[in-house]
Amino acid sequence: MELLILLGLPLGGAALLALCGDRRWAPEATVLASLGTFLAGCALTARVIADGPQLVWNEQFFIDPFNVFLVALTAFVGFTTSLFSRTYMRVEAHHGKLSPQRLRLYHSMFQLFMFTMLLALLTNNMGILWVAMEAATLSTVLLVSLYRTPASLEAAWKYFILCGVGIALALFGTILLYFAAEKVLGSEGMSALLWTHLNGVKDRLEVTVLSIAFVFLLVGYGTKVGLAPLHNWLPDAHAEGPTPVSAVLSGLLLNVALYAVVRCKVLVEGSVRSELPGRMLMGFGLGSVLVAAFFLWRQKDIKRLFAYSSIEHMGIVTFAFGMGGPVADFAALLHMTVHSLTKSAIFFVVGHAAQKTGTQLIEGIRGLLVLSPTVGWGLMLGTLAILGMPPFGVFASEFLILTTAMRDHPWATPLLLLALGVAFGAVFSRVQPMVFGETTATRLPHPPALLPVFAHLSLVLMLGLWIPPFLAQWYRLAAAMIG
Amino acid sequence: MPDATASVPLSAQLIHLAAAVMLLLSFAMLAQRRLVSLVNLFAAQGATLVGSTLVVAYSTGQHELYLSAAVTSIKVVLLPYVLHRLIRRLSLQWDTETLVNIPTTMLIGLGVVIFAFGLAQPLSELASTVTRSTLGIAMAVVLLSFLMMITRRKAISQVIGFLAMENGLFFAATSATYGMPMVVELGILLDVLVGAFIFGIFFFHIREQFESLELSHLESLKED
Repeated sequence: MELLILLGLPLGGAALLALCGDRRWAPEATVLASLGTFLAGCALTARVIADGPQLVWNEQFFIDPFNVFLVALTAFVGFTTSLFSRTYMRVEAHHGKLSPQRLRLYHSMFQLFMFTMLLALLTNNMGILWVAMEAATLSTVLLVSLYRTPASLEAAWKYFILCGVGIALALFGTILLYFAAEKVLGSEGMSALLWTHLNGVKDRLEVTVLSIAFVFLLVGYGTKVGLAPLHNWLPDAHAEGPTPVSAVLSGLLLNVALYAVVRCKVLVEGSVRSELPGRMLMGFGLGSVLVAAFFLWRQKDIKRLFAYSSIEHMGIVTFAFGMGGPVADFAALLHMTVHSLTKSAIFFVVGHAAQKTGTQLIEGIRGLLVLSPTVGWGLMLGTLAILGMPPFGVFASEFLILTTAMRDHPWATPLLLLALGVAFGAVFSRVQPMVFGETTATRLPHPPALLPVFAHLSLVLMLGLWIPPFLAQWYRLAAAMIG
Repeated sequence: MPDATASVPLSAQLIHLAAAVMLLLSFAMLAQRRLVSLVNLFAAQGATLVGSTLVVAYSTGQHELYLSAAVTSIKVVLLPYVLHRLIRRLSLQWDTETLVNIPTTMLIGLGVVIFAFGLAQPLSELASTVTRSTLGIAMAVVLLSFLMMITRRKAISQVIGFLAMENGLFFAATSATYGMPMVVELGILLDVLVGAFIFGIFFFHIREQFESLELSHLESLKED
């Protein structure tokens, strides 16, 4: 029942807003739909806490410890983003950047995007997972080009082509997976695509087929995670799209894509029984961390800066999943959660900062603290959190990942530390003058929506100090399953 | 060895023929710079795909595949029609000089096919279907379309490359596994159609902004 609401509400919202998203009450409708989705997510979470994992509707959907917290997180960030975008989009419309028709497109596609991500997380069917991931690309591509500027069109085109090709490779991987599974599970019905069934017989799946399938799946879904060298679309799409879209792309879509990769990795590792899948994840992860850290130094645009920081953090998580083992997986899951919360909070603040100064260039944004202390401190605290300062949650997860790396793969530790250090220098040295000093900011026609920012940051702070027992239990169970 | 061919059933021979035609058409598309002909080649490739799906459906008695063939034929009729209209409305004729000249592209294409066959060899031996030897060709079609996307400059030829890639994927699905479950296949098709529709919207936006469909305009976002 909760599941029906959880999936039906965003889909219904998308349809409704497609018809009348240009009305004055459309932002409130978006907020309401997202709130409903979030409440349904909470109800589902409560039920999982009470009754444990479940399989529903002919086993087409499932909720296990690995996806339940991601569902809650997705619904939560979706809700806070809709709160933020209510104010943000109003200011954009006030500045004459968006017409009512564009806003209609935005509201409708935002809900559709939420639907596709929740579908991707909840489905038990590897084929539907692919369909949902592709639909997530399609629904955001027109959002990236919402402003219709030459740069935004270019970003959207790049996003579309790169992710389209990537996701096509993932489809080939899915076909190969089905090809291997069909021999064991038979082609009757859906059985050979259901993850729970595949997981049950993974040690009997053909090794050669699965290894080749994994390469396609990793490269395919990895493109959407933004792993180097397939990350080119990511900074452009984040920088040129409207800020709420950057926040959900960075905070949610990357997580969902990584979730798909890890689901595939579990199956393949069970079949191949070698270190190969883990090694590949480690390689891609470490590569992304290093590439992103050094590109951070060259950024002049604040949203591009934080987009590269997302690539870096996704690299860290991928690396941790690659190492495997209870501690590293636990840390990776925690890092997915805190990165998602922190990064979307940062994008919210950055969005308002860019509106206040009328530019996204770092040089143009100065002295935020003078005019609005909340925006300034929000940015400063968010930056410190994402850079892994204690006591925020990012510190806890990065610390766990580094200590595991030191124990299992000592060679990687200096590289990781180097990248983290470089990233710290690059980001901090740019953000510091943005917050302090003489100001270039002006007042906004509507007061900025900072409640979501501080809600996210306090959650991140809480996760750094105390993880609720049920969440820790899910992390542990999911880590045991991921292996 | 005449005996060897005689032992292969007619349906399998037809599917092999279709596979060969698909591969040939992929090479033709790689070499074709006239956009109208490119769309026609794409349509022909789609038609071959429908034909081979029908043969598989008939010879194995899987009725789901008839539906799948019917749905694919929408793609074969609708998309080329839309593309032709786009080409006429935007009065496009030729793709500009490709990034790598055509003979070189063909040579790279040959290498790609050999690679695909090498990769598919161990997989084909595992397949129990009558159509197993076509898996290598399907992979080659996917990679050749990929090559086409890389070497072309006009937005529209990139899109045709993208759609041809989907053709190759569908061919892989039918030849190796007799098609995925229907729900999944419909979902995939829906995504492809919506994708093509969005591409269409994009053409007009790009055209509006830059007054041409040259992708060289879309190269300003770079790290300096």
